Amino acid sequence: MLLIFLVLVKGIIFYPIDTPHDNNLAFNIGESIVEVESIAPAPPTNVVAKDKPNDAGGGIIVSWTKSADDGAGRESVIEYQIFRSTSPDEGFELIGTANKGFYRFVDSATKDGTKYFYVVKAFDGMLHSQAVMSEAVASRAQWFHTGRISMLVAVLIISFLVLWFIRKAKRGEELYIRPIAGLEAVDDAVGRATEMGKPIMYIPGILDMDDIQTIASMIILGRVARKAAEYETPLLVPCCRSIVMSAAQETVKEAYLDAGRPDSYDADKIRYLTDDQFGYAAGVDGLMIRETPGAIFYMGAFYAESLILAETGHSTGAIQIAGTAMPSQLPFFVTACDYTLIGEELFAASAYLSREPLLLGSLKGQDFGKAIFIIIIIIGVILATFGFSELAAWLTTG
Amino acid sequence: MKKQIPLIITFIAGMAMIIQYFIPHRPFSDIQQLFNTWFLIITVFAMILGLGNLLKLHTRRLQRRPSGWWYSIVLLIGFAIMFIAGMVWGIERGTPFDYLFWNVHLPMSSMMFALLAFFVASASYRAFRARTPEATLLLVSAILVMIGRVPLGNYIWDKLPLLGDWIMSYPNMAGQRAIMIGIALGVISTSLRIILGIERTYLVGK
Amino acid sequence: MNIIERLEKIDRRIIFILILLAVIIPLLLPIGFKIKVSEPVRIFYETIEELQPGSIVLISSEYDPSTMPEVYPMNQALARHCFAKNLKIIGMGLWPQGIPLNQASMEQAAEEYGKEYGVDYVNLGYKAGGIVVISAVSENIPTTFPQDYAGRSVEEFEVMEGVKNFDNIDLIVSLSAGDPGVRQWIMIAQGRYGKKVSGGVTAVSAPAFYPYLHAGQLRGLIGGMKGAAEYETLIKKSGTASRGMDAQSIAHGLIVLFIVLANVFFIIGKRKKA
Repeated sequence: MLLIFLVLVKGIIFYPIDTPHDNNLAFNIGESIVEVESIAPAPPTNVVAKDKPNDAGGGIIVSWTKSADDGAGRESVIEYQIFRSTSPDEGFELIGTANKGFYRFVDSATKDGTKYFYVVKAFDGMLHSQAVMSEAVASRAQWFHTGRISMLVAVLIISFLVLWFIRKAKRGEELYIRPIAGLEAVDDAVGRATEMGKPIMYIPGILDMDDIQTIASMIILGRVARKAAEYETPLLVPCCRSIVMSAAQETVKEAYLDAGRPDSYDADKIRYLTDDQFGYAAGVDGLMIRETPGAIFYMGAFYAESLILAETGHSTGAIQIAGTAMPSQLPFFVTACDYTLIGEELFAASAYLSREPLLLGSLKGQDFGKAIFIIIIIIGVILATFGFSELAAWLTTG
Repeated sequence: MKKQIPLIITFIAGMAMIIQYFIPHRPFSDIQQLFNTWFLIITVFAMILGLGNLLKLHTRRLQRRPSGWWYSIVLLIGFAIMFIAGMVWGIERGTPFDYLFWNVHLPMSSMMFALLAFFVASASYRAFRARTPEATLLLVSAILVMIGRVPLGNYIWDKLPLLGDWIMSYPNMAGQRAIMIGIALGVISTSLRIILGIERTYLVGK
Repeated sequence: MNIIERLEKIDRRIIFILILLAVIIPLLLPIGFKIKVSEPVRIFYETIEELQPGSIVLISSEYDPSTMPEVYPMNQALARHCFAKNLKIIGMGLWPQGIPLNQASMEQAAEEYGKEYGVDYVNLGYKAGGIVVISAVSENIPTTFPQDYAGRSVEEFEVMEGVKNFDNIDLIVSLSAGDPGVRQWIMIAQGRYGKKVSGGVTAVSAPAFYPYLHAGQLRGLIGGMKGAAEYETLIKKSGTASRGMDAQSIAHGLIVLFIVLANVFFIIGKRKKA
């Protein structure tokens, strides 16, 4: 009677350890609670474990094909349980779970060089499916991120072009660059402020020195400060970050030294206001209303405060030149300022203002890089239109 | 030497960040996090510089009394109140610092942001003139998007929101992508110049 | 100066007063414009609807009080939607000022739906580092945030049981007003780990995320107060965004009227000079 009872009941893990069902795994017999109608879910299939690519080691990806009872069949699967051991016969420990519908698990706690075996079981809340084991796999660190080859190629091409044109410029070749109204107006703006007897205000954006726009802004500040020093026009630089304030003070001091006017340099005119975005906007607005500058420069990264600053600046009657690589703020500056440097023109400013051959050469190289990208985009669009997406896939970085 | 050392540090740090992007193997994979942590630490100490500058400047204004010197009193009192409230009672919910954050700082920040509504109106009135074909295209697009993105647009013409969305999704997106590609190239070129020491104005002057 | 020239150069304070009236009057006397739902918000809504009860949603708040009028209503509506569907919420933030705002919205929704802190939701707080924090969270959440925003150990909380990293998170929603924000979550969570990421952003930055939406990297986008009002319409719970739509409609209409009038005066003035 007992034997008949056992035959009728399915899904019981009363199997001896060495039967094919359990794949020689050691589990406690009393683990599963048996109900007469309970049937263990179908197991996942095709369990594959491989080293996580392009990482610093310590990672193995376990993937499988979903159980037939996951989202189909009896729809009884609620999760998958992943077990790991260094031996195929024993010592498997539960290391994680994956929700139903998922077919991938990342084990981020492996030791490089150690071979692991993984078992995945479907679980319905009471019963486990048969265990399915992967081949042995060991994790290791990679020396090159293969998903970023396209990026490496792009960087090498652009770097080569930039350096090539710098070399051409060093040899004395004349390099034509198109005029940019905003940059040609810098001298006029400084001159106008001087004639009116009003100071110049330079706003270097609200991000810190780790942002490339702020660095570009410091470069332009150096040029503007030198002009201001030559004309003996006061220069105000309200800063949003402490490091930017320190960098701006050094930049302006060097510019005054270069212009032969070290005594005119006043460190108090380059001041820190606050890190808070709108507190900074309020502070700068107040400075504008009180100091009534003749020229205002907005160079760097800005967010929502851009129009608040630009409109207040306009109300003072100052000539305004803005430059930012924040696409969302460009419309506001275009509307409220006299001249706007759009995106990459901000980064080209130092080359334009100094006319140094090395900087002009890098600008040409950058432009040639852009031409190459335009050609690649056109080719990619044509290929994608006809269903060939390999180029797009190769260009996508991991 | 004073000019060389910053350039050498810039070169090493720049090259390290580029290399770590392509080489996942340790120790390269840890470089970005390490540098970020160093930067955070430096920023915190630099705040002391900024605060010192602020307090020094405004204390001096109290002594010299130039025009508008009373604003310096407001700043110093505000600074003292928030500093003492935070240090003595902490910053959790229910403390004086938290009360001041929600009932003073928050409304003031929102007020500054709200100024944009007025400035957008005055800037639009002043600047959106059909002087050239491009300016006309700009103002027509602005009108369609502004009306299309509020319920009023649906009442005027039920296709207006779709038109506004189309302008945002296609011409606007194409323009944004073009600007972003240009910016990315500008960033690469500027970064290369900075790393190689070709551009050094921001660091050591000319 | 004749009348046309005067109107062309009108004192901007008159414009300010008209805008003030255009905003205040509809707030005091609501009109009740019907709100039509756009596709990006519908996708956002359906992404939440697809989740099963008990699924875990990570809500990351990257905004501050200055952008509260636009982003906070999204936060509130999202918390309500999640609790209505019996989803679990893990809150965190990459901007320090977003933490109390996220907490307030979750608390309010929890009260409405009878949810309990620690069982149905938790707020892990703020960590400095931006994209570095996202990378750390992708590997191990309890190690990155060993305590919640109030300094209690995360191991105490039922909602954090079994939650180790991104593998245990069903959806990531970033509510952001700048950087770090949605872009960084897409880069790491979606780009590297293939997780579903949805976003809520200010109206001015929404267009910049359309490329990600169209590429499928972003599962839905709520843009600005209008987007928040649309989302409130979908979850059938009116909030501050819906109430603000009347005022926004009238204000936008007034600005368009200013632009049209300015161009009429400009053309008349030009013709007179010619």
